[in-house]
Amino acid sequence: MFDIAIIGAGVSGCMLARSLSRYKLRVCVLESSYDVAGGASRANSAIIHAGYDPVPGTLKAKLNVRGAELMKTVVRELGVEYRELPSIVLAYDDEQMKTVRELKARAEANNVKAVRIIGKDEILKLEPKVNPEIVGALYADSAIVCPYGLTIAAAENAAANGVEFRLNFEVTDIKFENNEFIINNEIKAKYVVNAAGVNSGKISTLIGDTSFKITPRRGEYLIYDKKSLCVSSVLFTVPTKLGKGVLVAPSVSGNMLVGPNSEKVEDEAERSTTVKGQDFVFNNARRILPVLTKRGVINEFAGVRAIPDTDDFIIGFSDKNPCFLQVAGIESPGLASSPAIAEYATELLKQAGVMMIENPDATMLRKQFPRIADATPDEAEELIKQNSLYAHIICRCETISEAEIVTAIHRPLGARSIDGVKFRTRAGMGRCQGGFCLPKITEILARELKIPIEEVTKFGGNSQILYS
Amino acid sequence: MNLHKQLVVIGGGPAGMAAAISAKENGIDDILILERGEFLGGILNQCIHAGFGLHTFNEELTGPEYATRYTDRIEALKIEYSLNTMVLSIKKDKTIVAVSRDKGLMNIKTEAVILAMGCRERTRGAINIAGSRPAGIFTAGTAQYYINIMGKTIGKKIVILGSGDIGLIMARRLTLEGAEVKTVLELLPYSNGLGRNIAQCLEDFDIPLMLSHTIVGITGKERLEGITIASVDEKLTPIPGSEQFIECDTLLLSVGLIPENELTTDAEVEIDQRTSGAVINENLETSVEGIFACGNVLHVHDLVDYVSDEAARAGKKATQYLKNGITKNEYKNIIAQNGVRYCVPQKFEKLTPETPLFFRVTTPCDRRFVAVFADGEAVYKKREAYLTPSEMQIIKLNDEICEKLNKATQISIELI
Repeated sequence: MFDIAIIGAGVSGCMLARSLSRYKLRVCVLESSYDVAGGASRANSAIIHAGYDPVPGTLKAKLNVRGAELMKTVVRELGVEYRELPSIVLAYDDEQMKTVRELKARAEANNVKAVRIIGKDEILKLEPKVNPEIVGALYADSAIVCPYGLTIAAAENAAANGVEFRLNFEVTDIKFENNEFIINNEIKAKYVVNAAGVNSGKISTLIGDTSFKITPRRGEYLIYDKKSLCVSSVLFTVPTKLGKGVLVAPSVSGNMLVGPNSEKVEDEAERSTTVKGQDFVFNNARRILPVLTKRGVINEFAGVRAIPDTDDFIIGFSDKNPCFLQVAGIESPGLASSPAIAEYATELLKQAGVMMIENPDATMLRKQFPRIADATPDEAEELIKQNSLYAHIICRCETISEAEIVTAIHRPLGARSIDGVKFRTRAGMGRCQGGFCLPKITEILARELKIPIEEVTKFGGNSQILYS
Repeated sequence: MNLHKQLVVIGGGPAGMAAAISAKENGIDDILILERGEFLGGILNQCIHAGFGLHTFNEELTGPEYATRYTDRIEALKIEYSLNTMVLSIKKDKTIVAVSRDKGLMNIKTEAVILAMGCRERTRGAINIAGSRPAGIFTAGTAQYYINIMGKTIGKKIVILGSGDIGLIMARRLTLEGAEVKTVLELLPYSNGLGRNIAQCLEDFDIPLMLSHTIVGITGKERLEGITIASVDEKLTPIPGSEQFIECDTLLLSVGLIPENELTTDAEVEIDQRTSGAVINENLETSVEGIFACGNVLHVHDLVDYVSDEAARAGKKATQYLKNGITKNEYKNIIAQNGVRYCVPQKFEKLTPETPLFFRVTTPCDRRFVAVFADGEAVYKKREAYLTPSEMQIIKLNDEICEKLNKATQISIELI
């Protein structure tokens, strides 16, 4: 019997699991995908928004501002790639400048500091490649983070503290009898947290709660080679009803990210890229950076966001069941808010009567895994002395050693697939997109997992790389 | 580990091996080849088909056989090499940082460097094919590694996009392995592969080549289930209504090669945007003194024989540099224009018949003259029945032409 079962191992679920893991509680995380961070937490803009965008008074506004503040500590504790940089919301005419001024007023109402309006000269000084047709902009201190890195790190930290993760576990049935939940006739828990992202509406209906609806909206992105990076801030155009629009931003790994569009899709798992979507993203990004070409694009991807019909995050106990906590509709700024969502949900569970007794054995510090690419020459020498596999570079584009790949497989919640290795180490994320390292990583996975090479998958299920 | 070497060759593929052998034969003893793979030979090791060496050895060898001719020579000449060794950086001052399991971190100071890192394949991401992202999509070279080096099966029903040589070779290879190659698609109205490969790899096996076609959609959630293709118009844009679905479990991409010049850029070497390789002079020397480049890292070649030949020249020129130093005057650019996409070398100080001019045309054309102009005078003129971008062209200069070019200030190569 678990005290708490969290459905969904995205950034909200994993950050909450980590938050709860400091207490003497039995917690499990149930995830339908083959790995943590399988949904929107994997594929998003990776921005820690400052908090000028959400409507004052909403949960979004409160949790965004609090989350961005908490994030600074969280990324240190977890050892996640994070970088502070400015966000600049560009206006091309007086009408858009009106929106910029509204955003500044919102920022003040949301108690976001370090937000100001800047003129064309200052913008071009900060970002010389920006379209010179701009007239002004909102400037805010913000940050970028590795979103799947954060999610994986939080999950590893939680797992190390004793949280149980069940992957490939799709919740299809929830019963509530004698004050306890029975999930899929298998998992028993006193409390259930619905952090199922795009599927949170469906999960909610399993207990008869249809008070909100989630619309999946796909966002497509282009990733550029590190050599093509030509901005040092997150560049937005003014937001519209459909979201924050297309942005151009550096990523923590030094690539350049361009996107997203926002398109309603029927299927929550619909992460195909489209010609239309890619053209839209590229053309809009070119409005920001007229120098942009398609040369230098190394990959594309799409993520599906969970858009609630309530215009705000849905965090609170269900009217249908006082032990069922909704953490649903976590669209943007969900990533920035995630530490605050975890804090808030933990507080709600405490208020509901969950006994929170500190576990003296728990730590909020995640074990760190060194990377040869980040090591100084002395550190590299030392690493290689300890383990000569650090000197065997497998992914040449990103300089990832065999030691890092082997470690990724044997870490808590270790990689079980090619993509599992990729999202933990960056092997295969460079400009050759795994052309050279894919066969080698297939071999290493088979060897370390002690499975026939033909069973190695790209991302679980029937996604085998080879045929037998 | 700190090392000092007179000459470091980066890459132990066909280019690196030929360059090192030539340097040794010309009198340089202190040479080190750094190779990232487990063996010398580079990509030749996975090219188990025949067709290599016709120019160099007057016989038809497989890739590994061709490589062995050079590895034997390396062993005989006792040229030092380090396998499983990744070069992490090269600085302009010719200091190299490399790492290997046997030797750990190496800081190498050298007097000359020959860049011979070869090239990589363009990927799905680079050409932006829309659709889902299942397993079963490989670049042709990666598929070749799985099949020929690892002895694995990658799929049963195959479609190949791109009619470059690797794509064509793989169409035959997969057919021989028992897979069904449904079609080879080519975006352009002509193939980029060698004529002999079209005949021997497609026609002999009745594999249809669909010119002016591309992929507009990928289907399959876990493993690839099929692709949607469309014909393209003269602007290479898919024609609405021409879409058709092809069921397949595997897609191979043979859509171009890109010289691997990340280290080159590290060393602040000037890059030619047209070749994606270094800008070189008649001595195969880059914009950084003492750093030379040859083989596919310089420009993508059609035949390994040409690579070996070019690399041997690089080895010789590096030797001359090490022995005499190079006194530099002003370089003159060779302008490629009017149907000529690029020319290697891009610039020269003094041409000799030893240095051929390599070029490719922009689009296929027939019955044109290739001409080299020196201050407006056509000093070289040759009629060509047919020219295609897929075949690298070579101009061999004689003393008389070289003299005219050396005297001139405006030099160009063009089609007339």
